Amino acid sequence: MTVALNTTALSEVRPATQPAVISVQHLRHVYGDRKALDGVSFEVYPAEIFGLLGPNGSGKTTMFRILSTLMLPVDGRAVIMGFDAARQPDQVRKQIGVVFQAPSIDVKLTAAENLRHVGHLYGLKGKDLSARINETLSRVGLLDRANEPAETFSGGMQRRLELAKGLLHRPAVLLLDEPTTGLDPGARRDLWQYLSILRDEQGVTIIVTTHLMEEAERCGRLAILSEGHLVALGTPTELKQEIGGDVILLEAKDPESLAKRVSARFGVETAVIDGKVRLEREQGHRFVPDVVEAFPGEIESLTVAKPTLEDVFIHRTGHRFWTEDQAGSETAAKKDKKKKKH
Amino acid sequence: MATRTEALPNVPAATSVGTLIPALSLWKREVVRFYRNRSRVIGVIASPLLFWLVIGSGFGSSFRANSAAGSQNYLTFFYTGALTMIVLFTAIFTMMSVIEDRNEGFLLSVLVAPVNRSVIVLGKVLGGATLAAGQGIVFLVFAPLIGVHFTLVSFVLTCLTIFLIAFSLTALGFIIAWPMDSTQAFHAIINLFLIPLWLLSGAMFSIAHASRWIALVMRLNPLTYGTEALRDLLFPASAPADFTFATSFGILAVFTAIMFGVAFLVANRRTTKPAA
Repeated sequence: MTVALNTTALSEVRPATQPAVISVQHLRHVYGDRKALDGVSFEVYPAEIFGLLGPNGSGKTTMFRILSTLMLPVDGRAVIMGFDAARQPDQVRKQIGVVFQAPSIDVKLTAAENLRHVGHLYGLKGKDLSARINETLSRVGLLDRANEPAETFSGGMQRRLELAKGLLHRPAVLLLDEPTTGLDPGARRDLWQYLSILRDEQGVTIIVTTHLMEEAERCGRLAILSEGHLVALGTPTELKQEIGGDVILLEAKDPESLAKRVSARFGVETAVIDGKVRLEREQGHRFVPDVVEAFPGEIESLTVAKPTLEDVFIHRTGHRFWTEDQAGSETAAKKDKKKKKH
Repeated sequence: MATRTEALPNVPAATSVGTLIPALSLWKREVVRFYRNRSRVIGVIASPLLFWLVIGSGFGSSFRANSAAGSQNYLTFFYTGALTMIVLFTAIFTMMSVIEDRNEGFLLSVLVAPVNRSVIVLGKVLGGATLAAGQGIVFLVFAPLIGVHFTLVSFVLTCLTIFLIAFSLTALGFIIAWPMDSTQAFHAIINLFLIPLWLLSGAMFSIAHASRWIALVMRLNPLTYGTEALRDLLFPASAPADFTFATSFGILAVFTAIMFGVAFLVANRRTTKPAA
């Protein structure tokens, strides 16, 4: 796979000439008068792990619902394996496996019973279905608990059962909505390892929504959403390379004033984000003594760091991933989401 | 990129999944789930049973239904209403699960499966109706205690009538519950609509002696005909001349068909709202 590192066309890197598995075209959606998605377009290629990264309210859950055919978009198209999600939902549904953030297993039934009912929904039956159930349970490591009620499973095991449900009919595309919610770090690692195996050994195309940067780092390619807009698209490495060098953060009593003066003195673009002066600079460590000497006593703390995905986010949107209001009203947003989800 | 040792994921053939097997599957799931929920099973039988015994005996002989061939005490009169109450309560349980299941639950999986929406209706409504009818038929065990004698024909017709009542109530519950967001709203509907529906169906008092406007409302209530049909079968001697069995049963059947049709329509509607 050759990669063209052309800075102007960073968002258009694509492997050879492979047709897109998923093509999202100018997708628009509103909840009442609130714009959830505002003309988002991107493509997903075969056998990649594609991430949809964004804070709450960014539109990634809406995108997930549209792609999984739970919802019709107000405008635009989502084409999966050649089928339009709005006009040919059943065809799309045969190709996709869905793992929801909300629990979707029936805890009163055993693992095998859960899978049996799901199998029937996909036209599987009889011996073929039984064989698949065993195979899938064994892959997710639940075969020895096949006949126990799901309510006796731990959180991680229930999540594995959800995964099994999504994979039972061997879909070409797997959609996961914040799949590591509520999992401990070991279980998270295991899940991601398993997703990589799925991609490498079976060529499954995987789309993951997440609000965690660390997870987004593990994706092959990323779409970053903010307030319904696509603000970045590319591999994590490419996106971070866009940032010219290191990211430097300065804390001072009067950040605004300092920002202006640093800018004037060194000819760099500065911004005040979250009360800190932020700038990007090649070879940041060389800049440190210069700036400290230029403004003696004013700089209370200074951080030099390699760019992260959050820096990419800030670079593109001009504000932090979690603003104060967002972080505080996260619960309010969740309640709001639940109401709209109906 | 690692070389793939297994075949590429198979793209399923473009045959449609069909309706029967998924529907039967969901039906079975409804029944299994209900009986694994011990406390619900007890609650659904015990409350109406208790209600019947306590209220029926409480009234004792202070109530005499004026009917052609002798009078009934309240225990006997109320039996039919208690039976329909069991059916109603079971139907309500199924409908709660529609709401609960949909945002967080198994129904999510059904909504993204390549099955016709009708499968959901069939599975849930048939499942719920089977449960409700089953519980009602079990209640018939107490019928001989109050002097009911069954012939084969009357027993079969009774079971059929109970099934129709169960079916129509479950379908009605489905229509109400499907567009709903939370079970709180549904609780309000239960108290403001479903329970009055039952109260005004001839369960607790006879239509024959009710005051004018209540009697009118009762005549408009489809459940009244179900109750009357049951009374006709259980107590043929004391049937009021108002409705013949044929009329009551006929109206009940039509009501059931309409409810089922509307339930289909409701489930098949796709809008731009979430999870419709």
